[in-house]
Amino acid sequence: MTALLTPGSTHPHHDHRAFGIRFSRLGQSFGTAEKRRAVLRDVSLEVRPGEILAILGTSGCGKSTLLRTAAGLDAPDTGEVLIDGHPVRGIDERCAVAFQEPRLLPWHTLRANVAMGLPRSSSASAGKARVLELLELVGLTAFAKHRPREVSGGMAQRTSLARALARNPGVLLLDEPFGALDALTRIRMQDLLLDIHGVRPTTVLLVTHDVDEALLLADRILVLGPGAGQTGSTIAELLAVPGTRPRDRASADLAALRSTLLSMLGVDGH
Amino acid sequence: MSQEARTAVGARTAASRTGQRGDAEDDTRSRSARDPARIRRTGASSGALSHGPVRLLLGLVVPLLILGAWQANAVLGVFSAVQLPSPGAVLAAGAELAARGELWLHIVISTQRVLIGFAIGSVLGLAVGALLGLSRLADALLTPVVGALRAVPSLAWVPLLILWMKIGEDSKVTLILIGAFFPVFTTVFLALRHVDRDLVEAGRAFGLRGMQLLTTVQLPAVVPAVFSGLRLALAQAWLFLVAAELIASSLGLGFLLIDSSNNGRTDRIFLAIILLAVIGKATDALLGLAERWAVRRWT
Repeated sequence: MTALLTPGSTHPHHDHRAFGIRFSRLGQSFGTAEKRRAVLRDVSLEVRPGEILAILGTSGCGKSTLLRTAAGLDAPDTGEVLIDGHPVRGIDERCAVAFQEPRLLPWHTLRANVAMGLPRSSSASAGKARVLELLELVGLTAFAKHRPREVSGGMAQRTSLARALARNPGVLLLDEPFGALDALTRIRMQDLLLDIHGVRPTTVLLVTHDVDEALLLADRILVLGPGAGQTGSTIAELLAVPGTRPRDRASADLAALRSTLLSMLGVDGH
Repeated sequence: MSQEARTAVGARTAASRTGQRGDAEDDTRSRSARDPARIRRTGASSGALSHGPVRLLLGLVVPLLILGAWQANAVLGVFSAVQLPSPGAVLAAGAELAARGELWLHIVISTQRVLIGFAIGSVLGLAVGALLGLSRLADALLTPVVGALRAVPSLAWVPLLILWMKIGEDSKVTLILIGAFFPVFTTVFLALRHVDRDLVEAGRAFGLRGMQLLTTVQLPAVVPAVFSGLRLALAQAWLFLVAAELIASSLGLGFLLIDSSNNGRTDRIFLAIILLAVIGKATDALLGLAERWAVRRWT
């Protein structure tokens, strides 16, 4: 399965990309006039090419907002996001997003849904080959002609991941992609993500509410939290996760970091 | 009977139908999870009542009972033959008109008027509904006007149509067109407003914009709603056909109604009503088949 993704392959889409991201004094608020509410404030951060950064925080702290701003889905109020040194000015082909819900088009087959992610420039034959390859990578070859409502939630989410990868993104933005899955499917998806990243180490921003998931997958963990005396979240902590992947889910080092993170998120006594 | 009320009811039925479909999907998903063999069997229904031929036979029970009661009246004479002619008399009136070659003429001209008016009205309804549903500017500019026009009881247009187009095919088809326009317009307009925002955003996130986004995400998403609008529009088209033909015509089933009423031919009145019921139901059933296909294909 992974042989298809050998970095040395000559297929143009196999030239994987990994871009650095720089958030520069980013601020974001929503609403109009007096109801305007700051969500993010003064977020400055550098993400290295090929790094996996997990973004943790309590609900509503602006995790998804940070991701959406990087994706160009929302324009920032203040500051800017630079990807590969160039500012984000809207949706472009450097990034690809996988959302918490699969968001597949129900009237298309899984194959057509994955094809939706292909860059506009790709030729029909190369695109077709690429889609089949990605379906195999996420283990859905047998379901290529099924429609989204005919497959399980985990399969739909894998399709969504394949669609994002079809874009050959330099930055992969994952907004709680495994949050709605059952525990076993989630573990399989986490392993799948690591496999993919092992072969094509693209930059990944992973929003999650699961501390264990962050510890297992990420190089660094960004914790968003309220700043002193002001509304809107900012960087509360930026931690490097010790050890190399694949990490042992039961390691003692991680256990200590886990309780630190949990208390940072307002959950004590674990 | 106001056409707003009909449209509203139609939209609600469509909404509740989608709701039910949503639940069914969840079931399918959990049941068929990770089991490809079972997936093919989803949608298989159970129970004799959902079995095609059984349903068809059950649907015939009440019409046959009515026919029986009708025939019994002819024998017992509860109502006079002028008030309620026997089924045989109605059949004979039909045979007589058919032999003179008039019956086909009435049926063909009426069906033709309905189909032309329905086709033009639906296309206009789709176009205007899409425009107002997608463009905020067009919505702000035109929605009050369209709303006001819809509030005009459609028969109020008749004097104006006759003045402008004289008594002919144009004025009748235009009245039917007006009747067919609003249900399609309303359903398309509302459905486009309620296309799943998440899907649209996903489309945008993968670089779809403008026409591409419209044809890839927004239009396919409203196909089932469009079909419920079309069915409402077809019913409206038949309604307006009879109105148009009652007011001014020399051919057609509506003319047959008013002409027979003037001549005291109750048998022909019954004939015309039964023909309207049968043809109306048949055209609706055809569209219903298309709707079922569309719902399967686009959801």
